[in-house]
Amino acid sequence: MPETKTSPAADTGPPPAFADAVRDETSLRRFLHGLPGVDAVGVEQRAAGLATRSIKKASKLWAIDMAISMVDLTTLEGADTAGKVRSLCAKGRRPDPDAPEVPRVAAICVYPDMAATAVAELAGTGVGVASVATAFPSGRSSLAVKLADTAYAVEAGATEIDMVIDRGAFLSGRYGQVFDEIQQVKAACGDAHLKVILETGELATYDNVRRASWLGLLAGGDFIKTSTGKVSPAATLPVTHVMLQAVHDWHATTGELRGVKPAGGIRTTKDAIRYLVAVREVAGERWLDPRLFRFGASSLLNDLLMQRRTQLQGHYSGPDYVTVD
Amino acid sequence: MPSWEYAPAPESRAIANLKPNYRMFLDGEFVEGGGEPLKSINPATEEVLAEVSTAGSADVDKAVKAAQRAQDKVWGRMPGAERAKYIFRVARLIAERARELAVLESLDNGKPIRESRDVDVPTASAHFFYHAGWADKLDHAGYGPDPRPLGVAGQVIPWNFPLLMAAWKIAPALACGNTVVLKPAETTPLTALVLAEIIQQAELPPGVVNILPGAGEVGAAVVGHPGVRKVAFTGSTDVGKSIQRSLAGTGKKLTLELGGKAANIVFDDAPLDQAVEGIVNGIFFNQGHVCCAGSRLLVQESVAEELLDKLHKRVATLRVGDPLDKNTDVGAINSRAQLTKIQELVASGEAEGAKRWTSPCPVPDKGFFFAPTVFADVSQAMRIAREEIFGPVLSVLTFRTPDEAVAKANNTPYGLSAGIWTEKGSRILWMADKLRAGVVWANTFNRFDPTAPFGGYQESGFGREGGRAGLEAYLDV
Amino acid sequence: MSDRISVAKTYKLYLGGAFPRSESGRTYPVADAKGKFLANAAQASRKDLREAVVAARGAFKKWSGATAYNRGQVLYRVAEVLEGRREQFIAEVAASEGVAAKRAQALVDTAIDRWVWYAGWTDKLATVLGAANPVAGPYFSFSVPEPTGVVGVLAPQRSSLLGLVSVLAPVLATGSTAVVVGSQDRPLPAITLSEVLATSDVPGGVVNLLTGHTAELAPWLASHADVNALDLTGAHAEQRKGLEEAAAGTVKRVLRTPLEEPDWAERPDIGRLRAVLETKTVWHPTGV
Repeated sequence: MPETKTSPAADTGPPPAFADAVRDETSLRRFLHGLPGVDAVGVEQRAAGLATRSIKKASKLWAIDMAISMVDLTTLEGADTAGKVRSLCAKGRRPDPDAPEVPRVAAICVYPDMAATAVAELAGTGVGVASVATAFPSGRSSLAVKLADTAYAVEAGATEIDMVIDRGAFLSGRYGQVFDEIQQVKAACGDAHLKVILETGELATYDNVRRASWLGLLAGGDFIKTSTGKVSPAATLPVTHVMLQAVHDWHATTGELRGVKPAGGIRTTKDAIRYLVAVREVAGERWLDPRLFRFGASSLLNDLLMQRRTQLQGHYSGPDYVTVD
Repeated sequence: MPSWEYAPAPESRAIANLKPNYRMFLDGEFVEGGGEPLKSINPATEEVLAEVSTAGSADVDKAVKAAQRAQDKVWGRMPGAERAKYIFRVARLIAERARELAVLESLDNGKPIRESRDVDVPTASAHFFYHAGWADKLDHAGYGPDPRPLGVAGQVIPWNFPLLMAAWKIAPALACGNTVVLKPAETTPLTALVLAEIIQQAELPPGVVNILPGAGEVGAAVVGHPGVRKVAFTGSTDVGKSIQRSLAGTGKKLTLELGGKAANIVFDDAPLDQAVEGIVNGIFFNQGHVCCAGSRLLVQESVAEELLDKLHKRVATLRVGDPLDKNTDVGAINSRAQLTKIQELVASGEAEGAKRWTSPCPVPDKGFFFAPTVFADVSQAMRIAREEIFGPVLSVLTFRTPDEAVAKANNTPYGLSAGIWTEKGSRILWMADKLRAGVVWANTFNRFDPTAPFGGYQESGFGREGGRAGLEAYLDV
Repeated sequence: MSDRISVAKTYKLYLGGAFPRSESGRTYPVADAKGKFLANAAQASRKDLREAVVAARGAFKKWSGATAYNRGQVLYRVAEVLEGRREQFIAEVAASEGVAAKRAQALVDTAIDRWVWYAGWTDKLATVLGAANPVAGPYFSFSVPEPTGVVGVLAPQRSSLLGLVSVLAPVLATGSTAVVVGSQDRPLPAITLSEVLATSDVPGGVVNLLTGHTAELAPWLASHADVNALDLTGAHAEQRKGLEEAAAGTVKRVLRTPLEEPDWAERPDIGRLRAVLETKTVWHPTGV
């Protein structure tokens, strides 16, 4: 396992290389607007090109298991209940009851009020509990509420917090406000890892995605995450390319490893493998690690399990052979 | 953590329907030629793929006469709308047999299946489709009310895009009412002969298209035949010059698409990650066997280090190997001769003091392969900055100001293509205006389309292929 | 009846906007159609030709970089000045070509009109020959005609003014610059035309006009590596093949014309414009 430094301390601020960038609002703006642009057609073409990689046989099986271990198995519904969450946790601990060798998922992702239930269910399993917070999904509340929301989830035992950025502030250019908010949420996280949801579907351009990615990294996010899953488009390959490039470049400058989490709309094994190819070829092989790459997904897991069976059994599997949770 | 290696994902070579023998296509029939048969080699394995009959001088004469007959009696008189339907058929048949053609192309040429599948074959079909539509609209093309065909077109094409170049040549010739005698390259004759099969299946009248494999002397006989009224050549500048010389005084219409030494110019405000992609695509697409390859990278000094760093990392991810593997990015060099030429020029680059970096990627032991190579600290005076290498070798130079970039970019007798990378719109247009090149790609590279005229300035040739402008080459105007 | 002795004119080369004698010091006698001595013309050498190419290359950037509107105005101005010298041209054409005054007048009028016709083309070429290419992808692709560079013109041997105008004006309209070898035996209208060019707004070097022996100069023009295109109109039959061969050395665009001069009075098409134009295709992605 590579040595990972994935949890920057909130109070120490960004690494020296970027100390100037966050000195004040003006420097922050200058830094973010000074990032190289992203050519939309170029990045989409590169993503489409990499998506043609043909992953077969052993490499496919390896990818399926890797993908399973990267899943943040998610339920974020108004109708969520303790029962629903418990069954999801069971699924996450042991994705395929017939195949104990299948890795457990990375985390179960729930609303803050369900965090305690999940924590109890997953104690000692190594599966993390991720809780969304900060007035998820819109982020439209006061900072105090957002911090309280975060504290609530952390106190419940959540090991990972998925916060949303204030897209309104970002789009109106108040980068400092977004930065401060992330920093404060990070502080509220304590030991919990922070994933910063950019909601790329609302940022509209790749240039914005790049700026928001850097903003999230500068402010101390352990992960940058594409989407809440409540806005369309959610995760896309080219957006994830831009974010993977950002964590790659961050590492090249600071030596720190930060993660990326595409979430929403990734439903098939084929999709997941395309993301893994992007991880390998854009960020680099060391990001093929659940500590540095996650899938925010719900139905993806069952497709991965079904494809896994197909690979091993040599014939196509069916939905009745994987559990519905 | 174990590393994730992609398992081989080879396309089945059975799809190519490879036959042990291929014969030339003359007057609607596949016949033995009078020349010494050639053996077409798979450059990735050095095995013989097939034996191909070649044309003797009598065959060239027969083919030109058949083409003349077909032009006089059938094709030249046929209403454009009818010609169009034949050409549309060819477009469709290529699309239908796309997979077969792609695999065969990769076997014969060594290019990755990803490229033959996604670029060569679909674009070849698109060229026929586009030009088919012109056949009955030539009176609207801006060459007068009733532009006439020239007669028999003698066409000689290179080995880098064997099927695509055949399409670039044949489609406009037919649309304009000419008939064709085409010589494919000696090392890559197979897909052109499958195209002949398609032309037969499309029931084009005999003699309208004739395909005569062979070496240079067959090409010389085709272009030199007095019955040929139009010559189109794509290939090296040296051969192009000798063809132009040989046609002096004959009155034959000539178009040439020759070599290049394109500058790909990156400014400090460029979208750097996409620029890296464009640079990679510009020089490593098709193993760098591209006349318009971006073989000279001109980087603004202020971002040179950062860009080179990114470039090395990216190039190191390129997968070199089996052309039939769907994950291969860089395939085989087309021939031993070409490999030797590349090696020789690379050696000159080292000897002249350029700093060589070669991708650490694994390279197959067998076959003709050359790992992607980037030379830094190159100066304009070095051979690798002036001569066309036609391989996966990039020369990197730097500049400080836009004027200097233009001056360096234009400092070559060639003038085929150029690339510009900057986010500043007015600079793009300024640069595009100043660069002496027939094709300028801004924030992209190596884009081709039948509707977009392609061709060179200066010693990169004359005449255009594609678009309305491309029709001129095949009309008596 | 005046018995005043007229001031005879010395006919010189037109090179880089100046009127030098040949560096070789050579001249050759020019006679009218009946063999009567008219004047001594400068007999340009290959070194004069070399200087002419340097001048034409030097002028290319500015001339090709001028707006099409500006080029059109400059060329139209030439027509205005031509009109003012109409009588002189009629006399010279009549003497050179041995035609009656009425015929000479028609030739000169057509020549002036021809110049106006080409002057009007400067700002229409890109519209007529350019294109927005509807490529199958997220790109904007456009093609524009651009001047090829320095054009070597072997002017018609017979048609001393109308023919010359018909081959020179299209070169200038595109934005190319020219090195012209005038009609060997009928050079006087050409020299007068160069005086018109010098006194209108055409920048020096855009047109360089050499008089002399076509057969002596043509091979140097055809093989000159800094010449982009060659118009063979006035080339001798026995030299044409060799000139084409020489032109191949640097892949020159060669305009091959029938040995027999056409009827220059006929309305031209745009073939001569196309012959000295390149097509440049530019691509850019379209995305946000």
